[in-house]
Amino acid sequence: MAIEVRIPTILRNLTDGAKAVDGKGGTLDELFADLEARHPGLRARLVDEKGLRRFVNVYLNDEDVRFLGGLGTVVADGDTVTVLPAVAGG
Amino acid sequence: MRFDSLLESLGGTPLVGLPRLSPSADVRLWAKLEDRNPTGSIKDRAAFYMIQQAEKEGRLTAGCTILEPTSGNTGISLAMVAKLRGYNLICVMPENTSSERRQILEMWGVRIISSPAAGGSNEAVRVAKGLAAEHPEWVMLYQYGNEANALAHYETTGPELLADLPTITHFVAGLGTTGTLMGVGRFLRERVPDVRIVAAEPRYGELVYGLRNIDEGFVPELYDASVLTTRFSVPARDALRCTRELLEQEGIFAGISTGGALHAAIGMANKAVKAGERADIAFIVADGGWKYLSTGAYNGTLEEAEARLEGQLWA
Repeated sequence: MAIEVRIPTILRNLTDGAKAVDGKGGTLDELFADLEARHPGLRARLVDEKGLRRFVNVYLNDEDVRFLGGLGTVVADGDTVTVLPAVAGG
Repeated sequence: MRFDSLLESLGGTPLVGLPRLSPSADVRLWAKLEDRNPTGSIKDRAAFYMIQQAEKEGRLTAGCTILEPTSGNTGISLAMVAKLRGYNLICVMPENTSSERRQILEMWGVRIISSPAAGGSNEAVRVAKGLAAEHPEWVMLYQYGNEANALAHYETTGPELLADLPTITHFVAGLGTTGTLMGVGRFLRERVPDVRIVAAEPRYGELVYGLRNIDEGFVPELYDASVLTTRFSVPARDALRCTRELLEQEGIFAGISTGGALHAAIGMANKAVKAGERADIAFIVADGGWKYLSTGAYNGTLEEAEARLEGQLWA
């Protein structure tokens, strides 16, 4: 078992076109570090020195991680993490 | 009920219980039927407030042209108010919205400027901002950053909910411009200790997220995360399933974004049951299903309906 991370179209150049990649870690931060080892450059597109980038939304099992614990959000095997760019509604 | 004109009849919508979908007598779901507004959606409230505010400020005078980026409902509401008040309206709309919305806007004499499907409403906002810069004589009300949008819900939707449901514990609505959640959320937080404000954001198909660069994302100026308790991204399939459940179990024929809000509301209800807490969960029925018939959301299997929605702006 691993954590499935769904990658949006615009970042798939960093995952060899894969829509989803597997990773591991106890927190979102560790998960992103783990992904970075196999997909160099990915972490910098998601995170800057202040935390998650402004126009990047990350969901743990469909819930926005900004309301869970940000990069410190606890993740576990079997979870699904979805990365999406912020878009307008209305 | 008698009103002097259609606009006077705005708001005051019913709040109805969902006896079959509510998990228990202590954990209840309530639907606020915003499709019972003059043009059939919750956006009538924001449109009326934004126009009224612009008139007060002297930005809008007879014969003016209003410009607005919209995926549909706000445009339809503005079209009605503009017609009654003597304004012209130009809507910038993504090309992947349902044909009903286009037909209704055209019926009201609205000029539609299409923005590319890729990028969804982000593109409509970008195109409208460009047009506004080229045409300083046009008035862009700009629902994403206009405080009158949130104020409409602070002054009307919020008080109506609290009057009908003083025991409210949760408020759930779709997240678009964020106006509904910001306005109702602020109103309830000032009056109801520990009230939970929950956003249900539609998760579209990949085309809509097909931006050129991740730094071209968009967060509405109205959005203040501190008003929310949490926020869910609702996949099309879950929104469709709940839209159909609402129809089959409770007889309510709603648009697809309502299914998204119901999905999040049921999630909160299940959590309350597990925790052994009582809950009165109100969610917004933003519009009826009529405008989405052509999307095929209500026919065939869920898989077929989901496939048909891919690439469309369904909320």
